[in-house]
Amino acid sequence: MDWFADPANTKPLGLLIFFVTFCAIVLWVYGSKKRGKRLEEHKNIPFLDDEDEVKDKSNG
Amino acid sequence: MSATSVAAVEQYDYEIIKKFSIMAIVWGVVGMSAGVFIASQLAWPWLNFDSPFLSFGRFRPVHTGAVIFGFGGSALFATSYYVVQRTCQTRLFAPGLATFTFWGWQAVIVLAALSYVTGFSQGREYAEMEWPIDLLILFVWVAYGAVFIGTLMQRKQPHIYVANWFYLSFILVTALLHTFNNLAVPVDLFSMKSYSLFSGAQDAMTQWWYGHNAVGFFLTAAFLGMMYYFVPKHAGRPVYSYRLSIVHFWALSFMYMWVGTHHLHWTALPDWASTLGATFSIMLLLPSWGGMINGIMTLSGAWDKLRTDPIMRFMIVALSFYGMSTFEGPLMSLKDVNALSHYTDWTVGHVHSGALGWVAMIAFGSLYHMIPKLWNTKIFSVRLINAHFWLATIGTLLYITAMWISGISQGLMWRAFDDFGNLQYSFVESVAAMHPFYAMRAIGGMFFLTGMVLMAINIFVTIRQGKRDAESAQARSAVAAA
Repeated sequence: MDWFADPANTKPLGLLIFFVTFCAIVLWVYGSKKRGKRLEEHKNIPFLDDEDEVKDKSNG
Repeated sequence: MSATSVAAVEQYDYEIIKKFSIMAIVWGVVGMSAGVFIASQLAWPWLNFDSPFLSFGRFRPVHTGAVIFGFGGSALFATSYYVVQRTCQTRLFAPGLATFTFWGWQAVIVLAALSYVTGFSQGREYAEMEWPIDLLILFVWVAYGAVFIGTLMQRKQPHIYVANWFYLSFILVTALLHTFNNLAVPVDLFSMKSYSLFSGAQDAMTQWWYGHNAVGFFLTAAFLGMMYYFVPKHAGRPVYSYRLSIVHFWALSFMYMWVGTHHLHWTALPDWASTLGATFSIMLLLPSWGGMINGIMTLSGAWDKLRTDPIMRFMIVALSFYGMSTFEGPLMSLKDVNALSHYTDWTVGHVHSGALGWVAMIAFGSLYHMIPKLWNTKIFSVRLINAHFWLATIGTLLYITAMWISGISQGLMWRAFDDFGNLQYSFVESVAAMHPFYAMRAIGGMFFLTGMVLMAINIFVTIRQGKRDAESAQARSAVAAA
């Protein structure tokens, strides 16, 4: 616990927290096919308010 | 004109976006004219006219302030208000506050320019404004944050589209950077002059933490927000990978904050801080290129649009310059490369490959897409857009090529030794050797400015045409009602 209390160790600790959080985000994004499909559906949001615009969904 | 587009004009708050769009164009012309003027002063020093008000030192921040905060800032206010409304399918929160952001921001740009030419400056790059103007920025920025976050909170769409994440990070980080970099003690309540709360190496580190994150969040993240909406929208195709855009966002957000110290290699800064900055700069290449690939691949299967559509060309060339400058940046952050490049024109060339190639071109593409929609009309001349595109591209290439040659020559001349260990060249010899490249840079700037003037003319006529269309439609409906 002393290690955590030392202000000099905040930099490596911060780095560790950010790195683990980032890895968790990447795992969350790419970890499940079902979730991936749901996330990819959000890419169509810019087209939702223009019903008259021609949509080419080749990427979706 | 379709029924849906009429509905969009009525559904959303476009007045504030129109104001910011017009001012983006105005500041673009003013700021780039100032840029050409100071570039010409370096090539032909008599243009300083022996006047302190027109000297390079005072006019340089007028140029940077007008292009970054005037042109870039107004384009960001305009597009963020547009994108957040359209992707959240709601009107702006607190339109009165949004109007305050417009007048407040324009006042900031004008007051800053006036203060620079009259000799007031904090001497901090891209943060030259003295404390009263800094306070005004603070109020405007808090209002901007309130409008943007308030609009997000009243959204009708459950998911917040990724472009808004980039805009939001830009608003939050700019608030943080502006506040901490401008912590200063005024000499007197009625004096413009103030002194920084920090001193020495800490002051330099705070300034470059601000400086590089201003590049990272004002000139990169925010314009990526622009890219993630306008590239798919203009191409008529959704972004290549939404998951990649999420990783792109978080990777940029986590990494950018650490890299500012690469501006201070070989100084009094601790070596570990310098190395940390360089390490994170190299790591930043991955998210930057991930984002670039995501943007460019949005056009996958529809590359023919590049042949026929100059707006699309602006956007894709912008992404190419984004890729190029985000490769060059990490390269220059390496200590050995930096030993050659630092304090030379290579840095100036690098900044402009990002500023002209990426920031300005993605803004041009987005404004060309958005402005006709705001006035519910079509662009006046596609040929003028095409001419603008080529002028901008040639201007950028002339500029950065001149600065590469000039910068690398400077770096090599400054560290050349003769057989006796003396410096081979005096400083003034290196200045004289740069003259042709300074002239070439000024000519490149003239190309870019000419393109900007063509855009202003094209947009002016487009707006006038939109107003006439609206008036005749009104007159027709009045006749029909009678």
